[in-house]
Amino acid sequence: MNEKQNNHEIIRRMRRKSLRNSLLNYGIVIVVFAIMQTMIATGHISSLLKGLLVPLCVYVIAALSLNLVVGISGELSLGHAGFMCIGAYTSAFFSNVVGDSMPDLPRFILAILVGAVFAGIFGILIGIPVLRLKGDYLAIVTLAFGEIIKNLLNVLYVGVDSHGLHFSTTSAMDLNMEPTGRQIVKGALGISGTPKNSTFTIGVVLIIITLIVVQNLVNSRSGRAIMSTRDNRIAAESIGIPVTKYKLLAFSVSASLAGVAGVLYAHNLATLNTKKFDYNTSILILVFVVLGGIGNMTGSMIAAVILTALPEMLRFLNNYRMLIYAIVLIVIMLFNWAPASLDFRSRMRERLWKKHGSDAEGGR
Amino acid sequence: MSFLTYLKDGISLGSVYAIIALGYTMVYGIAKMLNFAHGDVIMVGAYVVLMLLTKAGVPGILAIIIAMAVCTLLGITIEKVAYRPLRKASSPLAVLITAIGVSYLLQNVALLIFGADGKTFVDVIKIPSLSLGGGKLIISGTTIVTILASIVIMICLTMFVNKTKQGHAMQAVSEDKDAAQLMGVNVNGTISLTFAIGSALAAVAGVLLCSAYPIVTPYTGAMPGIKAFVAAVFGGIGSIPGAMIGGILLGVIEILSKAYISSQVSDAIVFAVLIIVLLVKPTGLFGKNIQEKV
Amino acid sequence: MAMLDVTKLSISFGGLHAVDDFNLNIEKGELYGLIGPNGAGKTTVFNLLTGVYKPTEGIIRLDGKDITGKSTIEINRAGIARTFQNIRLFKDMPVLDNVKAGFHNHYKYSALTGILRLPRYREIENTMDERSMDILKVFDLDKEADLMAGNLPYGKQRKLEIARALATEPKLLLLDEPAAGMNPNETAELMETIRFVRDEFDMTILLIEHDMKLVAGICEKLTVLNFGRTLAQGVTSEVLSDPAVIAAYLGE
Repeated sequence: MNEKQNNHEIIRRMRRKSLRNSLLNYGIVIVVFAIMQTMIATGHISSLLKGLLVPLCVYVIAALSLNLVVGISGELSLGHAGFMCIGAYTSAFFSNVVGDSMPDLPRFILAILVGAVFAGIFGILIGIPVLRLKGDYLAIVTLAFGEIIKNLLNVLYVGVDSHGLHFSTTSAMDLNMEPTGRQIVKGALGISGTPKNSTFTIGVVLIIITLIVVQNLVNSRSGRAIMSTRDNRIAAESIGIPVTKYKLLAFSVSASLAGVAGVLYAHNLATLNTKKFDYNTSILILVFVVLGGIGNMTGSMIAAVILTALPEMLRFLNNYRMLIYAIVLIVIMLFNWAPASLDFRSRMRERLWKKHGSDAEGGR
Repeated sequence: MSFLTYLKDGISLGSVYAIIALGYTMVYGIAKMLNFAHGDVIMVGAYVVLMLLTKAGVPGILAIIIAMAVCTLLGITIEKVAYRPLRKASSPLAVLITAIGVSYLLQNVALLIFGADGKTFVDVIKIPSLSLGGGKLIISGTTIVTILASIVIMICLTMFVNKTKQGHAMQAVSEDKDAAQLMGVNVNGTISLTFAIGSALAAVAGVLLCSAYPIVTPYTGAMPGIKAFVAAVFGGIGSIPGAMIGGILLGVIEILSKAYISSQVSDAIVFAVLIIVLLVKPTGLFGKNIQEKV
Repeated sequence: MAMLDVTKLSISFGGLHAVDDFNLNIEKGELYGLIGPNGAGKTTVFNLLTGVYKPTEGIIRLDGKDITGKSTIEINRAGIARTFQNIRLFKDMPVLDNVKAGFHNHYKYSALTGILRLPRYREIENTMDERSMDILKVFDLDKEADLMAGNLPYGKQRKLEIARALATEPKLLLLDEPAAGMNPNETAELMETIRFVRDEFDMTILLIEHDMKLVAGICEKLTVLNFGRTLAQGVTSEVLSDPAVIAAYLGE
């Protein structure tokens, strides 16, 4: 075998591996989708689970998007619910203003774009100042931004009449609209009457699109630049990679995808308010990412599904359900991350492997 | 109400934040982790005092001491069971998520025992209020005690950290655990002690917070916990006077924006000030600047 | 014209002159050594040359162009690449991708091209893969292209850092203690590789090293630093027999 071919072989192997990993994720999503559709068609699905399908898609997309920041870019963000909130509000606003003047599907597609673009813009605006900070400082500042977004939307009133849009931060009365004017954003009451366009199918399509964006980005020149700044900022600068630019790229793409999750969320409910978008939701999404394995997209999806569905499935446990959730969370973290536990597990594996190996083929 | 009254309320609330922040800044300095469960220890302290007073009829001061002991024990246990095994984990996120788990755990245990409804807190501090300027400014006993307590605690902590052997050990461990270990410092013991102090302070803060805002729920501690961290960051993590001043500033900003702007956006204003401070001075007001060595 | 021309370079940290009145002139294609006892300011010179620190005084010219006060990123683009005393690889990325990251400014396509997998993406990735493998081959790392960089043995990590630096297609290569932690065999092999890089890539190289065998073996010229000041400068054999240099190394 000549050398040139050898080069190609190792590269081909690497490409095959990365392609396999990507395809695996699309495959999982499609298979789960097919199973669910069959269950729905044959009526083998509880109404509880059916109602959960769209929220599951919302959290899967949110987890994938946060993993881009936490796993690939190596920064800690606790404000992702804020970006979801932006996506939800801007898109719900758009859908309400456009109303029936447009058919459902094109309007929803535009709404998704509106949510993604606005969340992305906020990602850039917030990212520029805060990405200079590191670690827990970045975490607390992103948390702060998430809370600020929520707080400000809570006092926002917007109405529309023949003169155009009216804004107020005090009350609906201060909008000074014509009597025929329509109130759209009602302060803490939020936005109601958003068309319920979100379906499981659209949710799955959006998951696939999110996966394509994240995975293709990771396996590209920009992805390498992002990961190089994660692994070693100083070295990345030394080879001419503009660190801030790529941190910002990851952050804003991630914000934009979180915005998409928000759009899906907003168009699944009759009333939208900011309650669901507080720091607890940001934390919840972070839990998905860490539990699924930092940087592991498959893990993020599985963790998001299980941890969203589990508390709902455990409803019969009443008040004990969140207690169990908390204990399980702590135990899993210790099991998966404590060096002592990892040591123990690898020793156990070794012993099992040795036994198995000597039985089967007398060692290698 | 007059500006002075608001200012007084702000300093009072700020003193509570300061006490939490003092504990938080020490714990953060040594464990280098966002301890999300810290705020929930406050809640535990408040419930313990409430139960002792209403159900057992224990005198106030004794109740506070017992609550401090309970929280101390709780803090040490949390650190030992949930955080210590993850101290050398490959990602700092592991312990952060575990802390979130502990926070959920404390909240839900409280939920099971006491229910979701707010319980009215009873008067623990029975000191007459002070009337100044012919009744124009009335300072309640709680306020007086809160402000005095925060000052006394700050002074004691400063002396403890700078003058005692354990205090020096704390500084050494927060600087470099491995080096401290080599120098013969009992690292585990020092970290336990730090959690003990931080948790005891949280208990005190719980009593003071609920004396001023007399409703306790399982979620009472969550937001003050986060705000105290904000206060600690404000003043510069690891700095005792920084936490004190950060806490008071935060309380004043919060109350003044509630009074003069809007109670709905007061949190937004507090957080906005934090962001501005960090952007101007990334290590906080009193923080030390550390550059990575190339 | 000199490839690197440094005049009166100085920096002080809080009154301490870490580097004082440092002058250096390296011709194109030269293999130049920077030596001196620990704490003499050698790495500080590297940090000044690569823009990690801004000099308090002095001018740095690369190939005739003034690069004083430029950022690390700009300086790399202008043509200086370096390795680090304490290895700084992208540990959680494959060996191949470490080198490909080095090509960042030479083979470009936008993030959107990458996300949409336009034809240009495949085309440029192919070229990058080919060229990266060529560089890896020089360092005998091509067989390990798919390993995570952090899993390479120490000696190979040092080599990978050089490979990554070369991918940025520099005019001047700075090596900070390339032989640190290597055994004599590895060091001998490294000397060959450095010479090969100089000849094959037509490279100008400035290196910091404590291993005198390596320095005497491959460097044509030397500068000796002591307490931030230049103790001696010139042709290697003369510098190494300078009594002042010997005294500094014996620690008088």
